[in-house]
Amino acid sequence: MAKITLDNLAHSYLSNPTGEDDFALKELNHVWTDGEAYALLGSSGCGKSTLLNIISGLLHPSQGRILFDDKDVTQATTAARNIAQVFQFPVVYDTMTVRDNLAFPLRNRGEDPGYIAERVQKIAQMIGMEDVLNRRARGLTADAKQKISLGRGMVREDVNALLFDEPLTVIDPHMKWELRTQLKSLHHEFGHTMIYVTHDQTEALTFADKVVVMYDGRVVQIGTPQELFERPEHTFVGYFIGSPGMNVIPAEISGTQAVVNGTALTLQQNYGAPTGNVALGVRPEFVSLTKGNGLPVKVRRVEDVGRNKIVRADLFGKEINIVSPEGQEISPDMNHITFAPDHVNVYVNDWRQQGAVA
Amino acid sequence: MNKTVNQKAWFLVLPVLLLVAFSAVIPLMTVVNYSVQDTFGQNQFFWAGLEWFEEMLDSDRMWTALGRQLMFSGIILAIEVPLGIFVALNMPKSGFWSSFCLVLMSLPLLIPWNVVGTIWQIFGRVDIGLLGHTLDALGISYNYTQDTIAAWATIVVMDVWHWTSLVALLAFAGLKSIPDAYYQAAKIDQASRWAVFRFIELPKMAGVLMIAILLRFMDSFMIYTEPFVVTGGGPGNATTLLSIDLVKMALGQFDLGPAAAFSLMYFLVILLISWVFYTVMTTIDAKEG
Repeated sequence: MAKITLDNLAHSYLSNPTGEDDFALKELNHVWTDGEAYALLGSSGCGKSTLLNIISGLLHPSQGRILFDDKDVTQATTAARNIAQVFQFPVVYDTMTVRDNLAFPLRNRGEDPGYIAERVQKIAQMIGMEDVLNRRARGLTADAKQKISLGRGMVREDVNALLFDEPLTVIDPHMKWELRTQLKSLHHEFGHTMIYVTHDQTEALTFADKVVVMYDGRVVQIGTPQELFERPEHTFVGYFIGSPGMNVIPAEISGTQAVVNGTALTLQQNYGAPTGNVALGVRPEFVSLTKGNGLPVKVRRVEDVGRNKIVRADLFGKEINIVSPEGQEISPDMNHITFAPDHVNVYVNDWRQQGAVA
Repeated sequence: MNKTVNQKAWFLVLPVLLLVAFSAVIPLMTVVNYSVQDTFGQNQFFWAGLEWFEEMLDSDRMWTALGRQLMFSGIILAIEVPLGIFVALNMPKSGFWSSFCLVLMSLPLLIPWNVVGTIWQIFGRVDIGLLGHTLDALGISYNYTQDTIAAWATIVVMDVWHWTSLVALLAFAGLKSIPDAYYQAAKIDQASRWAVFRFIELPKMAGVLMIAILLRFMDSFMIYTEPFVVTGGGPGNATTLLSIDLVKMALGQFDLGPAAAFSLMYFLVILLISWVFYTVMTTIDAKEG
């Protein structure tokens, strides 16, 4: 177990990167605290897997250093780093039995046979495969194979970190839930540093203590699920987390006043006079429909999703989503909206602005 | 559900039936015809029953040729399969040099059999051949027209030169189909190079290797042109493989009856060995599954 420090890290798949665009992973400084569970969240191709492979040593970064507990391991091999990694698609050794598959990483490290047998039994119990230990791995289903891969990742107790690269993609939904819960309890029990790559926000939010959101090769926000929800640092975070995502409304701002298409709103903080691409970000949960207060909208559609209703409306020609709580009546004369003042964020060129006390 | 019965559908398979009849069945039946008859010329034939088969089964000639043939196929498989795998493992996996190697490797496969034979026939000659002359100059006694060992070495090396590429290309295709994650997982599991080969590469190549072995076995068991061009079956009968012997018998001596019986048994042996081989491989496959 170790604290993992990324110092000035960046990676490009090209041999001679010229501009920032050539980097799959842009410059990054971050410390992964020992024993925490992180989720690395982002859309496909945003550099999540690149970052993971750099941490595990499958890839060596073009610049910067990686430290495990203050020891530089940038050029160290995967074996030397003592890391376990589980991949998106199941990797099993076809010709081996399930038992041999689970024992393989331990045997390669020359562990004592008694200890190996005990560990394998324990892991098999954890992934629910005790009864098939003597079967060959080849004929098993994809989720059984992925459980073996997960088991192989967890079989070593002394690993510095456990990395998961979208490990539950091929697994049935009900099994997904169960395995995720098991991973989480495993984390509580052994306290490994875990990094879990995913593009599924539910998975990220349920698994992790801290979620790291990546966008276009850059880490845009690191925070608890609640922070990501309430204070998205980047419009991408707002859009990517939450369903539907955050509303981004172009506005002109001066001081504590925002003007949206001629209608003025009062903000809680003073933002000065920002220039560039200025917008307000408000989550649909914090927008309410009213009968005459606030900004005028035209309601297009109401979707009843059970616990609440999602209202799709038009605000000066742009779509805006409103989550209206269960039980609230939506009448035809509700054609204005207001925002919960605490939950209005201001973005300039996609990054959140911190206002001064008004 | 009741299926519609329409016997006219049989007409639809007629073209295929005709095609196969003319290309395979009828030629084969003429061989069968010869094998049960005797002739003294003038196109007069007499019923001979299974006499030719009995005679062939009693003759040393066929058995020794079969022995040589098995030895030849055994040797070339024992060399070409491991060598092909070795080459495939060491080929660049992508980029310009990968394509370059692939083209280079396929070149021997494109050369017609008798050209291969001629190349090696000249290459090995002591008077004008590069190989023969060099060996001779080094003081190594090498003369494939007189020395049995040299003759065998020449046809084996020739076959290895000609066909290892096929095994290598197939093995390479098998290797290319292995996702990167397997190698990465093996690194994480700290598997040795040997373990990677034994538990990842070999199992993933097993399917194509089976095809490679089957192809190479059948082909080498039927080989005719190359050794015929190089050694003509000599010195003596040292490299007279089955098909060379068969041609000698049928066209050289014009013993049509025995030759026909011989070829039918030859055909059945190939069929039998291939079938056994295929069945064994697929049962192993199924058992593992």
